[in-house]
Amino acid sequence: MSDRPHRIGILVFPGSNCDRDCEHAVTQVMGAAAEFIWHKDTSLPQVDAIIVPGGFSYGDYLRTGAIARFSSVMGAVTKFAEAGGLVLGICNGFQILLEAGLLPGAMLRNRSLSFICRDVHVRVENTATPFTSRCKPGQVLTLPIAHAEGNYYTDPATLSSLKANRQVAFRYCTADGQVTPDANPNGSLDNIAGITNAGGNVLGLMPHPERSAEALLGNEDGRLILLSLLDALKSRKPVLVS
Amino acid sequence: MKAKVSVTLKRGILDPQGQAVLHALGSLGYSGVKDVRVGKLLELELATNDRAGAEAEVKAMCERLLANTIIEDYRIELVD
Repeated sequence: MSDRPHRIGILVFPGSNCDRDCEHAVTQVMGAAAEFIWHKDTSLPQVDAIIVPGGFSYGDYLRTGAIARFSSVMGAVTKFAEAGGLVLGICNGFQILLEAGLLPGAMLRNRSLSFICRDVHVRVENTATPFTSRCKPGQVLTLPIAHAEGNYYTDPATLSSLKANRQVAFRYCTADGQVTPDANPNGSLDNIAGITNAGGNVLGLMPHPERSAEALLGNEDGRLILLSLLDALKSRKPVLVS
Repeated sequence: MKAKVSVTLKRGILDPQGQAVLHALGSLGYSGVKDVRVGKLLELELATNDRAGAEAEVKAMCERLLANTIIEDYRIELVD
């Protein structure tokens, strides 16, 4: 392992609006280097992980993430993910990863039809991922959500395989960790708030860890996700993608 | 030639917008409406007049971009 700081690439699409928040969290909370990657780039700089940030890429036209998913840079991101690189998609980033097929399923409008912007509780369902290793099994995190399309859907066969492979990383729950219909803010299937791919190296979640990672912001729970990612980078070899 | 593509949520998937419209119609006194599905209509102006070729190409467009076939169905209508 070299002494160079870990470099985290942050994708920037027209309409991304959490890219600067992610840069702040990467540099100030993780102590890593952040590099913005423009959506028109066709290759990636040497980075150790990629964050697909939240926002309204391409104005959410057609479907959330549907246009961004065909941006030039996504081909390189797909190769990076297929080579085992760590990819974290937050909110619109999660929607983009779904549209790109890097994660299974799709997003529907929130059951209430409302844009929901508030703190929610999520239960950590799997701590054996590069994004949750600092959490305790079943730990309840308080994290903010801000979305209109976070109502996760997939077909029954895919849901079964997600569960069997322990790909459900977070589920919406009550403050004391009960997964109930009332604790589900948006109607997500099975209260799903975040999932990984089969390899475990790609995570998508609707809540925003980068907005809840500092005491100054009144909530440090998101730190656990960011620092888990940092721990994972320390024990991994760099992913080389031509 | 024009292609009209309508995209709707698959049967069985809750359509919250359709439900909201259904309830609004009910409150206006239109009690005979049993269900409402809200979708999208895309009109594509095509450079070709070859119907078979156009149909195949628009179908590919639907599969790749215009619809998300996990949650949506699409219907293509070609208009001369």
